[in-house]
Amino acid sequence: MNLQEKRRRKDQLFAVICLASTITGILLLALLLCDIFVKGFSWLSWDFICSYPSRFPERAGIKSAFWGSIWLILLTAAIALPMGVSAAIYLEEYAPRSRLTKIIEINIFNLAGVPSVVYGILGLALFVRGLSLGKSLIAGALTLSLLVLPIIIISTKEALSAVPNSLREASYGLGASRWQTIRYQILPSAMPWILTGSILALSRAIGETAPLIMIGALTFVAFTPQTPLDPFTAMPIQIFNWISRPQPEFANIASAAIIVLLLVLLTMNAAAIILRRKYQKKLQGQ
Amino acid sequence: MAVHSYNNIKEKIIERYLFVCALISIFVTISIVLVLLSETVSFFRDVSIIEFLTGTRWAPTYTPSHFGVLPLINGTLLIAIGSSIIALPVGLTSAIYLSEYANEQTRGIVKPVIEMLAGIPTVVYGCFAVLFVTPIIRKLVPETEIFNAASACIVVGIMILPMVSSLSEDAIRSVPHTLREGAYALGATKYEVTTRVVLPSALSGILASFILAISRAIGETMAVTLAAGATPNITLNIFESIQTMTAYIVQVSLGDTPAGSIAYKSIFAIGMVLFLMTFGMNLISQWIRSRYQEVYE
Amino acid sequence: MNHEEIEISVKNFNLWYADNQALKNINLDIPRRKITALIGPSGCGKTSFIRCLNRMNDLIPTVRTEGEMLLNNENINHKDVDVVSLRKKVGMVFQKPNPFPSSVFENVAYGPRIHGEKNKQQLAQIVEESLKNAALWDEVSDRIDRSALSLSGGQQQRLCIARTLAVQPDIILLDEPCSALDPISTSKIEDLMVKLKEQYTIIIVTHNMQQAARVSDYTAFFLHGKIIEFDETKKLFKKPKEKSTEDYITGRFG
Ligand SMILES: Nc1ncnc2c1ncn2[C@@H]1O[C@H](COP(=O)(O)OP(=O)(O)OP(=O)(O)O)[C@@H](O)[C@H]1O
Ligand SMILES: [Mg+2]
Repeated sequence: MNLQEKRRRKDQLFAVICLASTITGILLLALLLCDIFVKGFSWLSWDFICSYPSRFPERAGIKSAFWGSIWLILLTAAIALPMGVSAAIYLEEYAPRSRLTKIIEINIFNLAGVPSVVYGILGLALFVRGLSLGKSLIAGALTLSLLVLPIIIISTKEALSAVPNSLREASYGLGASRWQTIRYQILPSAMPWILTGSILALSRAIGETAPLIMIGALTFVAFTPQTPLDPFTAMPIQIFNWISRPQPEFANIASAAIIVLLLVLLTMNAAAIILRRKYQKKLQGQ
Repeated sequence: MAVHSYNNIKEKIIERYLFVCALISIFVTISIVLVLLSETVSFFRDVSIIEFLTGTRWAPTYTPSHFGVLPLINGTLLIAIGSSIIALPVGLTSAIYLSEYANEQTRGIVKPVIEMLAGIPTVVYGCFAVLFVTPIIRKLVPETEIFNAASACIVVGIMILPMVSSLSEDAIRSVPHTLREGAYALGATKYEVTTRVVLPSALSGILASFILAISRAIGETMAVTLAAGATPNITLNIFESIQTMTAYIVQVSLGDTPAGSIAYKSIFAIGMVLFLMTFGMNLISQWIRSRYQEVYE
Repeated sequence: MNHEEIEISVKNFNLWYADNQALKNINLDIPRRKITALIGPSGCGKTSFIRCLNRMNDLIPTVRTEGEMLLNNENINHKDVDVVSLRKKVGMVFQKPNPFPSSVFENVAYGPRIHGEKNKQQLAQIVEESLKNAALWDEVSDRIDRSALSLSGGQQQRLCIARTLAVQPDIILLDEPCSALDPISTSKIEDLMVKLKEQYTIIIVTHNMQQAARVSDYTAFFLHGKIIEFDETKKLFKKPKEKSTEDYITGRFG
């Protein structure tokens, strides 16, 4: 039974390796979060959130970056969500199974994998220079919209295709038109997942740095923007700025800003989960 | 009847509007290509394409300037390969753990946690590299430069790990259960079932996930900008500073480069190379995946 | 029944899927080198039962079992049993053919290989013999390196049988092996079983009464997770003791 023993050993070793890999991933996440928290936590204060950036570490804050990010994400949502959801509805519910449709779908999938810095170049040429929007919030939001559009389309499409066909048939069977079926049956039952996907896409946008650097958002901004045409800074940009400075205090400030950024992300994700739960309950008539 | 035609018009308008939205993706792709192409063409009026593709020095701001892209490609590939060496094996084995070993409960907890790694902004990974990974490497290997490829490889590896893990797991799970049962019934151990039946059947899906992850590593920007430095170098030494294509693009746009200057145009040429590389890899990954789906449908 | 050698002896066996009990107090002695047929209406627990005999149910997390299944005086339902060597002894052919997506040769060679056969000639010989025993050799000998997925359903099923034979088990479990097959393939597999029982103990689940009557030596009738009747096939089909058995085999059931 020597062979038997050897096979058993191999089997056990393999299981251990697989488990170890998985634990490695989790440990790395824990390590990263711990490191950031240890460095940044003591710098976190109300003042930090309510002050503008400064050359002096003890006076630096992220007020302008925080509000810049909020503006950016709201504008991006306003631009990208209607467009992305509409495109997905067309592709899933209307489009004929033609070559063009197939090409569009493959293309969208590939666009989701194009590096964000390339979107930055596009934004620079198209919005900052082409439309002469300058280094404004709206130029940033348009750039980020292009970036998240494919992600929103893909997740919405998935949500729509998960709606059972029997629902469509039932609605058509009652004489409803296509749009009525979509509007009153399909969209409501896909909504929880559309919402989740969209929020996840937007949380990708809020962490993006490279495209914003490309359109020139890395400037000293000591005010909160009032209109979409104002120049701006955003949290990831501010973090990049601080971490690139030589003084060690700024590294800790960057960590503090990362904590704020991660908290915003966490809030968005929690919101996605809560919204989905609520919607699902409503759908089930509870 | 009147109501009817009003409804018909409304339906038509809605469909048209939705169609236009769907076309936007094509528009985005075309405009990426056009924007990149126009400046790239004008870049190649000043710089010979031969020098660009075969030159071994990248020194755009020197006089005389040099525009050989090979050092940047070298840097990019060094990061891509280094991070893959970390992420592919770890990602794949954790995918195997999640799909073949873990029970539903464990999987329900572990999978989202690993996916959280994917949701962390890349600039955060950059900070982690600078503040945590680099000091450790420098302690272990004292001759390491402050900016070095090793640190970037590690964090980019962590960054693409969830992608490998999650996409490979999908591929592995979609292998029909009856195949596993067939092998178990012959007295195979879990290791044998996994390596000789499940993995070969999921191979194309796994490959597709690998290619996608490598393409992501190639396009990764902030972590390499922060950790790997800005020294275009042809080297395989991961303890030296290098520069990737993405980091160069960021470096140029950090300075105040006037539009129309040769440095400004060069980012479009580099962007073009980057776009072609990643778009091509994504296409290949898609193609492999679609072939694979046909087998099991 | 006491003149038969017993291969597996099942005692007070129960099985639950979560809270749903699918097998209730099963007692059954399965004779050696005979064909035992399991019959009964859909959902009565036949599949659940034979999957216990080589512990395939371990792969379903919700399953819980209780009771004894003695093979060579060893309880195969004990948690310390090495399921890998158990499954080498107790082979299984599934309802739907499930060949691995590799060549015909690789499919059959897989089992011997994992159990330590390295010699190429030896492997080739095992493969040929198994395919011959499964009455498939004549049809595939010229395309043994082609993908197994290119075979017809009936050929795939016989390939799965060959794959099981190549491991040289003592017992072969067949779960409705002919349900997806045409009459010609079916009769080939029936002939095969009769041939195989000289060397193997065979347990077959079937919905086809003629098939059970034709090939099996013993028959067990399952209903609602219980064994209602177990006897020599001839007796059971000629003169069933229980009313429900009679109803079922004459097609008056339900
Ligand atoms: N994986 C499972 N999870 C939960 N319940 C199951 C599972 N498999 C079977 N059951 C239940 O156990 C009972 C017995 O099922 P089993 O598959 O053993 O029946 P069967 O006699 O093989 O039926 P058939 O002739 O249709 O194949 C059924 O009530 C079924 O619903
Ligand atoms: Mg069954």
